[in-house]
Amino acid sequence: MNILKVDPKFKNKIMKMPGAERIRFCFQCGTCTADCVIARFSDFYRPRKIARMVQLGLKECLLSDDDLWLCTTCFTCVDHCPQGVEVSSIVRALRNIMVEEKKRMPSVYKIFASNILKSGYVYLMPESRLKRRELEGLPPLPRSKVEDVAKLFEATGFSEIFRSAESFEKVEVKVRD
Amino acid sequence: MADLEYLFYLGCLIPYRLASYEISARKVLSKLGVKIIEMPDFNCCGFPIAPVNYELALSLAARNLCLAEQQKLDILTLCNGCFGTLNEANHLLKENRNLRDKINQHLQSIGMEFKGEVSVKHIVHLLTEDIGLEKLGEYVSNPLSGIRVAQHTGCHLVRPAKKVNRGDDPEEPHMLKDLIRVTGAECVEYMDEAECCGNTIIGLNEKVPFELAKEKLERVKAAGAQALITVCPSCHMMYDFNQPRIERTFNEKINLPVLHYTQLLGLAMGFQPEELRLNQLRVKPVDLLSHLQK
Repeated sequence: MNILKVDPKFKNKIMKMPGAERIRFCFQCGTCTADCVIARFSDFYRPRKIARMVQLGLKECLLSDDDLWLCTTCFTCVDHCPQGVEVSSIVRALRNIMVEEKKRMPSVYKIFASNILKSGYVYLMPESRLKRRELEGLPPLPRSKVEDVAKLFEATGFSEIFRSAESFEKVEVKVRD
Repeated sequence: MADLEYLFYLGCLIPYRLASYEISARKVLSKLGVKIIEMPDFNCCGFPIAPVNYELALSLAARNLCLAEQQKLDILTLCNGCFGTLNEANHLLKENRNLRDKINQHLQSIGMEFKGEVSVKHIVHLLTEDIGLEKLGEYVSNPLSGIRVAQHTGCHLVRPAKKVNRGDDPEEPHMLKDLIRVTGAECVEYMDEAECCGNTIIGLNEKVPFELAKEKLERVKAAGAQALITVCPSCHMMYDFNQPRIERTFNEKINLPVLHYTQLLGLAMGFQPEELRLNQLRVKPVDLLSHLQK
C-alpha cells in the first residue's frame, strides 16, 4: 500500500462529519500549530499539516499515523482559527475513520467502550464504592438501563467495530534527534 | 430568588473517584436552597466515546438529554467533560436538522426522541448566573481572608467559545476567579492560566500531561498560592491524585493542595473541613487549614 496515494474525494467525506465542515477554508496560517499544547512537545504533531493533508486527500498517510491520538481536545485551535475551521473536530473525524476503516484504536478506548456497554458508566464501579456511598449518606448510584445503551451501540454499528478492532497501548511524542 | 430546581447529572468520574467533590457540592447547594433532583437512570455523557465514534457519543448524550426532557428539568453538572459534551450535543441537535434526524433514528430503537427542550448548566454557571455573586456573598459567614489561591477553570467549560457561549473569556477565564473572590480568598494570577491539564490523553501518553501539570503547579506555587482551585473532576485528578507521581517522575517536591471550588466555598459558608471531605484530598491542605484556624 502506497501511503502517498491521493484520494481527492477524501475531503468531501470529512466535510460531511459534524464539526469538520469548514476544512476547505483553511489557508495554512499555522495559528493552530503555534497555539497547540501538544505541538509544543512534539516535533511531528502539527495541526496545520493535518488540515493541509486532508485538503490534499493524503488519506492513507493520515490514517496510518498514531500521532492523531495526541490531541487533548482543549479546543484552543478551534477558538483561534481566523477561518472558523474546527481543527480539533477534524482530528476527531480522522480518528473516527481510522477506527472504522483501519479497525485500529487505542486500548484505553476499547476498555471505555466495553465498560459503558456493560454498566452504562465509563468505569466499572466496585461494590465497595457503592457501599461507601451508602455509608456517606449519598443517594444510591442508579443502575443504567444497559439494554438501551446496548441498542445504541448496535444502532450506530459501533459494537461490531470496536470488538473487531485491533488495539494499541501508547503513543509517544516524537522529537527530532 | 425564584425556586432553583435542577436534574443532577453526576457523570462517571465523580462517583468513581471523587466523592469529596460530590459531597461538598451537595452540602453547598443545599444550604443555598438549590433543589437537586436525582436521576433515576442515566449513562455516560458520551465524552470518552467521541474520539472513536462521534455518532454514538452524540446518541449517548442525547439519551441523557431525553431523560431530562421527560422530567422537564434542566441539567446541572459538576464536570467540565459532561457539561461540554451534553451542551454541545444539545446545541448541535437543536441546530443541525440532518444530524438530529439521524440521532433520532438511533433513539427510536429505545423509544426516545430528542426534542431540544432542556438546557445544560455547570455549577459555575448556576452560582454565577442563577444565584449571582452578590447573593452568594450573603452566604459567606466565614470569609477566607488572608488565604491565597489560584484558579484552573479547565478547557471544556469555556472552549470552544462559540458552542459554550456563556459569557466567560476562554483566554482569561474570570467566572471562577470572581467566585473565588466571593469567598474572601485572594485569587493570584499566573502564566498561561487557560492551558489544558492534559488528562484526556493520559491513557495513551503520560509524558505530556505530567509535563503540563508540573509546569502549572510550579507556576501556581511561584505566584504564592497556597492551593489550586478546580471545577472539574478530570483536572482535579491530574493535579491532586497524580501529584505524588508527578513529584516522583521529576524528583521534585511540589506539595500544592488542590481543592474543589465547592470545598473552598463550603469553608467560607461555615462548613467544617471534615464535612467537606478535605481529608479525602491526596495532597493534604495542612498549612491552608492551620492558616484558617488562626
